[in-house]
Amino acid sequence: MSTPALRVENVSKMYRLGEVGTGSLSHDLNRVWARLRGRPDPYAQVGAVNDRAGEGTRDFVWALRDIDFEVGQGEIVGIIGRNGAGKSTLLKLLSRVTAPTEGKIFINGRIASLLEVGTGFHQDLTGRENIFLNGAILGMNKQEIRARFEEIVEFSGCAKYIDTPVKRYSSGMHVRLAFAVAAHLETDILIVDEVLAVGDAEFQQKCLGKMKDLSTKGHRTVLFVSHNMAAVRQLCPHSILMNQGTVVNSGETTAIIEQYMTLGSAAEREVSWAADARPSGGALALNSVRVCDRNGSVETPLSSADDLFINIHFELAEAVANLRVGISVLNSEGVLLFLSSDFAAAKPGGTRSPGKHVSRVRLPGRMLIAGRYSLEVHIEIPRTQTLVDGVLCNFEIAEMAHDNWGPMLESRTPGVIHPELEWQTFMTSES
Amino acid sequence: MTETDRTATGQPAPQDNVQWTRVIQPQRGLFSVPLAEIWAYRDLLLLLVRRDFVALYKQTVLGPIWFIIQPVMMTIVFTIVFGNIANISTDGVPHTVFYLAGITMWTFFADAFTKTSETFIINANIFGKVYFPRVIVPLSVVLSGLLKFAVQFTILIGFVAYFAATTEIVRPNWAVLLLPLLLLMMGALGLSLGMIISALTTKYRDLRFLMQFGVQLLMYATPVIYPVSSLPDAYRVYILANPITPIVETFRYAFVGRGDFDLMHLAYSGGVILTLLILATVIFNQVEKNFMDTV
Repeated sequence: MSTPALRVENVSKMYRLGEVGTGSLSHDLNRVWARLRGRPDPYAQVGAVNDRAGEGTRDFVWALRDIDFEVGQGEIVGIIGRNGAGKSTLLKLLSRVTAPTEGKIFINGRIASLLEVGTGFHQDLTGRENIFLNGAILGMNKQEIRARFEEIVEFSGCAKYIDTPVKRYSSGMHVRLAFAVAAHLETDILIVDEVLAVGDAEFQQKCLGKMKDLSTKGHRTVLFVSHNMAAVRQLCPHSILMNQGTVVNSGETTAIIEQYMTLGSAAEREVSWAADARPSGGALALNSVRVCDRNGSVETPLSSADDLFINIHFELAEAVANLRVGISVLNSEGVLLFLSSDFAAAKPGGTRSPGKHVSRVRLPGRMLIAGRYSLEVHIEIPRTQTLVDGVLCNFEIAEMAHDNWGPMLESRTPGVIHPELEWQTFMTSES
Repeated sequence: MTETDRTATGQPAPQDNVQWTRVIQPQRGLFSVPLAEIWAYRDLLLLLVRRDFVALYKQTVLGPIWFIIQPVMMTIVFTIVFGNIANISTDGVPHTVFYLAGITMWTFFADAFTKTSETFIINANIFGKVYFPRVIVPLSVVLSGLLKFAVQFTILIGFVAYFAATTEIVRPNWAVLLLPLLLLMMGALGLSLGMIISALTTKYRDLRFLMQFGVQLLMYATPVIYPVSSLPDAYRVYILANPITPIVETFRYAFVGRGDFDLMHLAYSGGVILTLLILATVIFNQVEKNFMDTV
């Protein structure tokens, strides 16, 4: 086992919901009173699990609950999870922005975080001045920054503008400069949270490469939080999956990402709701979403060679104009494969009468490869109202395709999709 | 990753021979001041001071001259309003130099106080992203104020020199040697009051409204526009209870030659400041670690 760089032990973090400030004085006094008597925090027991979907009935919520993990020196670890899973809270604890409510964190070496681009950049100062200021904020001293100044400027690609105030910089240049400073820090542990979202593709690749270098050559530890599964996959051999404030699993990134994509529900090709729990918006309520084969079955395995059908059953309480039903299909890596809607089929300005409806869409066979997919349903009135957004349904396609030579041997076709395309090969005089 | 799958042992005992350089825990000592850490971040402190100084006057024509214009304008207005119209005694000292001395010292305190009191609110964004000893920011504010004081002080010296040469009253004396002590006290007082307010404003924003006019009122409770000697006995006790009073009076005594100079008063002031400083450290420590949750 390599030397640990970081150990998180039973860490929990409680937040107070609602308006902070009103009535907080009496809570504070209660707390102080409890502490004086040596009792535990009277509000610590009432915290609820962090489930944003459910209407919170309590004022206190555990953003993190009993987090426990360890990271070895020189590792790059991805932290993934849905919004509100507690990723950013965890990073805030690690970077000491806020303190845990319970538990301990052990750190070996200097830790620095790159939580948001250009933190601490002063708009009126030049790039040069900001490099020093930002470096100092991140914990470097002047000599360290001076020693690396050339490197930082070169990496950022802002050499020409280094004596221009950063308020004249483009947002891209901001990111570049900020990342350059952080990446050249003399730290042992680097925390990176969603910073790559702004830079262009080339710079993103450069950053990922740099982080990999830091780990392999510099033997630094990197914690990388992102919703960009491709980046996590590329960068991190190992990942931690978080959900509702707890660590669900950790291990090899590929497996963790697959688990993330199907989090909360197994491959369920049929989702339906009780009358009082239906996803609804405006006059519309969703009854069920089904992923069927050509016979309408939701049980039989789906073949990559055959068409599959998605049936979206909904009910309208009153007539609705311009209703648009759409889906998006994501693969197990979280890559959005495509969006589709009935917009083209529906008459513009057309009105749908009250009652039960079904929207049916055919996904042609020989397009999706074998694997797990997530389906999101969106129903909206364009430019007016989103009625239902992101209702999830999971399905799995098995490889049962036969080609001209019999069953295909490869268990998984490379690539994201595998559409059947028309090929012609013939002799020609053109060159 | 090693051991990531291990279950919670429930025992926070990393017994293996790993030398952890830092442990993050829920509670921290009431009085602990991370001196070593502040020292490690000294470059940041200086860079912040530099930033304040440089950034303030970027895109201005007159630049640091504004430092001088402000007290000079105030002195002119005070001379007209309080000196000539209201006819408030200045102990026989020429109005201009009397007010300038008071204003110079008062501005140092008021700046330190008001700017420190906004520490958490103004820097919420950066505090929410990165850790560094929070106290660095108020310290940098006070240091910037000191720089500003230095500039304004040279003007005062000019006036003092002129009036010392032309009048019999203005006589700087040995007490000028106390200047470093006076600045230390004034800085510490502004810092501690500001830190207390800043720590409380993270939760109770009401204090910001209080601050807006509180400082102004405080000036009238301090002998800036009047000397202590002119006070009726009934009020004198209250004005002397203000820990800023002995500092301003001593300062004026040293440079202008008139003022209530009493070592006991100064010692009282020092005691109050020390108490406030300890209180500020405790409150600031409490707020520092969790303020991001409430700000």
